[in-house]
Order: sequence, then C-alpha cells, then structure tokens
Amino acid sequence: MSFLKKSPWILHYDGSSCNGCDIEVLACLTPLYDIERFGIINTGNPKHADVFLITGSVNEQNIPIIKRLYEQMPDPKVVVAVGICATSGGIFQECYNVKGGIDKVIPVDVYVPGCAARPEAIIDGVVQGLGVLEKKYAALKNKPSKTAA
Amino acid sequence: MIEPQPITTIDRSELPAKTATLASQGWRLVQICCTTGDTSLELTYSFDKEYAFSNLRVIVPRSDAVVPSITASYLAAFTYENELQDLFGITVTDLAINYNGKFYITTIKHPFLQKKTNTPASTMPA
Amino acid sequence: MGTRTIIPFGPQHPVLPEPIHLDLVLEDEKVVDALPSIGYVHRGLERLAEVKDYNELVYVAERICGICSFIHGQGYCQGVETLLNVEVPPRAKYLRTIWAELSRIHSHLLWLGLFADSFGFESLFMHCWRVREKIVDIIEETAGGRVIFGSCKVGGVRRDISNDTLKRIRGELAAIESQYNELKPTFLKDASVNRRTVGVGMLSREQAIALGAVGPTLRGSGVAQDMRKLGYAAYKELQWEPVVETAGDCYARTVVRVREVTMSFDIIRQAIEKIPAGPIAVKITGNPTGEFFSRLEQPRGEVVYYLKGNNTKNLERFRIRTPTFANSPPLVIMLKGCELPDVPVIVLTIDPCISCTER
Repeated sequence: MSFLKKSPWILHYDGSSCNGCDIEVLACLTPLYDIERFGIINTGNPKHADVFLITGSVNEQNIPIIKRLYEQMPDPKVVVAVGICATSGGIFQECYNVKGGIDKVIPVDVYVPGCAARPEAIIDGVVQGLGVLEKKYAALKNKPSKTAA
Repeated sequence: MIEPQPITTIDRSELPAKTATLASQGWRLVQICCTTGDTSLELTYSFDKEYAFSNLRVIVPRSDAVVPSITASYLAAFTYENELQDLFGITVTDLAINYNGKFYITTIKHPFLQKKTNTPASTMPA
Repeated sequence: MGTRTIIPFGPQHPVLPEPIHLDLVLEDEKVVDALPSIGYVHRGLERLAEVKDYNELVYVAERICGICSFIHGQGYCQGVETLLNVEVPPRAKYLRTIWAELSRIHSHLLWLGLFADSFGFESLFMHCWRVREKIVDIIEETAGGRVIFGSCKVGGVRRDISNDTLKRIRGELAAIESQYNELKPTFLKDASVNRRTVGVGMLSREQAIALGAVGPTLRGSGVAQDMRKLGYAAYKELQWEPVVETAGDCYARTVVRVREVTMSFDIIRQAIEKIPAGPIAVKITGNPTGEFFSRLEQPRGEVVYYLKGNNTKNLERFRIRTPTFANSPPLVIMLKGCELPDVPVIVLTIDPCISCTER
C-alpha cells in the first residue's frame, strides 16, 4: 500500500487497560507523532469510524459495550488490538475478572505488541489495518448488491 | 519516617458511634479494607487528620458477615461499602446508596471469598 | 420544576479516554443528581499477590495505572521495605524522588491537555502534549520506557543516572520549564477559559474533608495536605510546601496543578543539586511480615497500599486505594446543580484515573 485514498477515522475504547496504552494512543494524535497528517483522526462516534482501536482485555462488564460499538461501526471496518493485554490479557491474564484478549469477543485484524505499546508501533498497526481495510472494501464492492442488508 | 499507625479493634455494634465521633472531630475517611481469613473477615477503617493516621478494626465471622454502614457519618463510605458487598459478600446494613450488587459486575460472584485465583484458560491468538 | 430526564454519560464518551459511567438526573439543563457506576476496567489484580511473589508484584504494581506507574511501583516497594525492615540507600531515595516528580510533571501536563480538550481548546491541548513529550523523552532516556518505568525494585532502584546526565537533564528541564511558562497564562488568565472554570463545580473545605477528597481536589478547597510531607524518599531533605488554593472551584483545582508543575521542576532541581553518591540498592533477604499502610502522594492525590505479610514469598493481602476512588463521592457533590455542558469539565477536574480506581 503506497498511499491512502481515504482518511480513516479511529474509534478508541479502553477495555480494561492500565492507561499506559491509552496515553500512547493519544500521544499518536498529538504534535510529535501527529497521525492527523495522514488524515487519521480520533472520533467519539462509532458510526463515523473505520478503525476500532482497543486497549486492554475484556471482562464481563465491558463485553456488551465492545460488541455494541463494533456493531455500530459501518462496514468495512478494522479492529486493532493495542498492547499485550488486548492481545492475550498480558500480566493480568491470571486475574479473576479478566477473560483474555479482545479476540474473545470480536474478530481482530491486527495485533500491536508492547507493554505499553509504543506510538511508533501503534501507528504501524493502524497502517497495517488500513491495508486490511482496503481489501475488505474491495471485497464489499465485489459482493452482489442484492444481499446487502 | 513512618507515622504511627494505631489499630483499635472494636465490636461491629460500636462502629456507627465511633465513626460519628471521628467525623465530628474532623477526621477524613481514608479507606476501608477487607482481609479474608479462613473463618473470619477482617475489616479495617482508616482515618486521617493532619497526617495523623488511625484505624478501627472489626472482625466478623464468615458465616455472619454483616456490618452496619458508616454512611450516616461518612457518606463517601458508600463506594467502599458497595465494594465490600460485591467483592467480599459482606452485607452492609443501612447503606445510604446501595447498588445492590451492581457496583462491580464480576465474572465470579464475591471473588475474594473464592479460595485461589482461578486461572482463565487463556490462549494466545492464532 | 421542569421535567426530569436521566442521561447516561459514558462509558464511551469523546471527552473520556477511559470508561466511567454516570447517570445524570436532569431538570431541563440542570443536573440535580449524579450516580457513578464503575466496574468496566475491574481486573482484580489485588489477588495476583497470591500467585506472584513480592518481587514479581512490583511489575503488577507498576501496571495498576500507566500514568502514575512509577509512583505505584515506588509505593509498593516502600511498603514491602517497611515490612522487611530495610533502609534504602540515600542515592536511591533521591533517584526515586526525581523519577516521581518527572511523572508528576508528565501527568499534570497530560491532564492540563485533556482539560483544555474538555472545554474545546484543541490547540492548547496539543501544546501541553508537545511539552509533555520532552519530559517523556527524559523518562525514556533514564528509565528505558516511555510509560512503564520498570526502574523501582524492592530495596532500591534498578539503574543509576550518572551525574553528568543529571547535569544535562537539569539544563533540559530549564528549557522545558520556560516552554511550560508560555502555556501557564492561558490557564490562569484567559477570559474564555476562566468563564468555564471560575465558580463551576464548587466543593467547600468542609465538604472536601467530610467526603474524603484527596490531592489537588482537597488542596483546591483550602486544605494543605500533601502526603509527600510524610517525608518518604528524599522529600524531607528538600525545600517545598504544599500548594493550596481556597476557592474550591474548577479554577482552583486547575491552579493547584499548574503551580505544582512549577514546584516539581524546582524539587527536581534541588534533588539534582543534593544527590549523594553511593550504592543504589541493598540486598533483600527474608520475607515480609506484619502489616503496613504505605501512603504516598500521586499526581491525583493520596494513594494507600495496605500490605500484609505472613512470612512467605507471597503477600497475604495487597490492597490499593487510589486517589480517584476517594475523589468520586466529592465529584457527585460537585456535579449537583451544574449545567449539562459543564459536566465534562467538572468530571475532569478530579483528574479521573479509572484503571487505578477499579484495579
């Protein structure tokens, strides 16, 4: 993927992270890393978003929230799990209230490593996610339109 | 430097009166903590006044885990007392703001009463 | 009396980086009641003490919250050191002080940025974070990580900062401070900012004590209490006084934090001036016994770690009461009577840190 045709918008949700990855996600948006120069901005509205960025693991209480946010996002959409907690539960894996990574609830397209994930890694993850997004977009376009529902 | 941290063990029936006295003297509620023993639960109420630190301790049997609320003197205790109800299975009577078990929604009910942390069968993604 | 409406606020909300949920009871535009509900981030990490020994638990403590990670590690270590009866070498105490104050500056700048965002001042948000990145660079250079320091251990610190590096950092901090000073007047004097903060979200001195407020929320209501005065680490050897404001509104809480950043720069300067030579850690033997409440001042306020050891590798009980947990009941009082558009501003002035709160 050499350039982006569209400006993908991000929806960020904190599963049950320690905040470490969240502040790094925010750091991506601020002047030093500034992903806005790629047309990427953070939106609070799931219906505006193309990329779902989740930090932290899932638990009983946030599963319905994550599912609802995911369902509210329009197709095509990409899920990026940021940090080791979102991948597998990380250091908190053995906690009684941690169910594991985000993929226990919704399909994940890109896993970003790190504790906390560095801004460079997060940007890299989002850019990889955009490749997936373009593929999904192409697949959606090729689908017969009568089944669209 | 370690400040003195006195702990006074009292009966649970004395709790509302003792905390009312502390509140009138301007002590600030620092925290309420519960430690689980094999047959009993040990509750520690901590207070601060100008860096002085003082604790009240109440020990209740597991089979009769009921304590009176201190929200009459310290309204802010409602967060701690709801936590006691949800995580430790303690019944707090006369609680001013009672979430009735909805403060923490956990996978296992009263997780601190379970013997060992149960390890979820977590698998790495393929 | 207008019609009563209940509006859910959160858990996913544009102004909140973290999930907290409030049920706001409104009469027209006025908030008459607010009820917080939490649990979205609850992990149950206190029970990890049963499976991880007291040395491994430092890593867990640092991950209670990514913003105050160093101070969480420090508070836990100081607690265990007390139970083990270990005296940390002076150089380690000074290094802990320097790192703790660096995290206070980065945390307050982070908050000032988010706060600016809550009243719609996007460019101020960006400027705060631009300055903050320079602090994070120093943290990364000295500790190795941007967010999680990993430099505190039971018995001291894991790595030293050479005196040459400290000298250079002192110069860099002076430059960062002058950049920070350019931002200060906007928070303190700008008319449009002050309209959002002055007289909004009142909390009186009496209410603050009765509801158990801590940190800048308590000091913004006129109570001069700062746990650093307990004299842990190197604080008793340095010159500083708790920052106090008396108004008890959003403006006062902002001013407390704005002034605390300046104070932290000064504390670091003093610590670099006075840091003694010597070892940075002592050898640890034995297992923790007894019980201890370790109290420290985090950027958000007083944090309490209750540690109970029974002479085994694992602590019997590890309990954490974080500042936002204590500041939630005062928040409910601040919100009563405010207007709906002021809710995000007021919520942010307690500097909520939800992952701390729910552990």
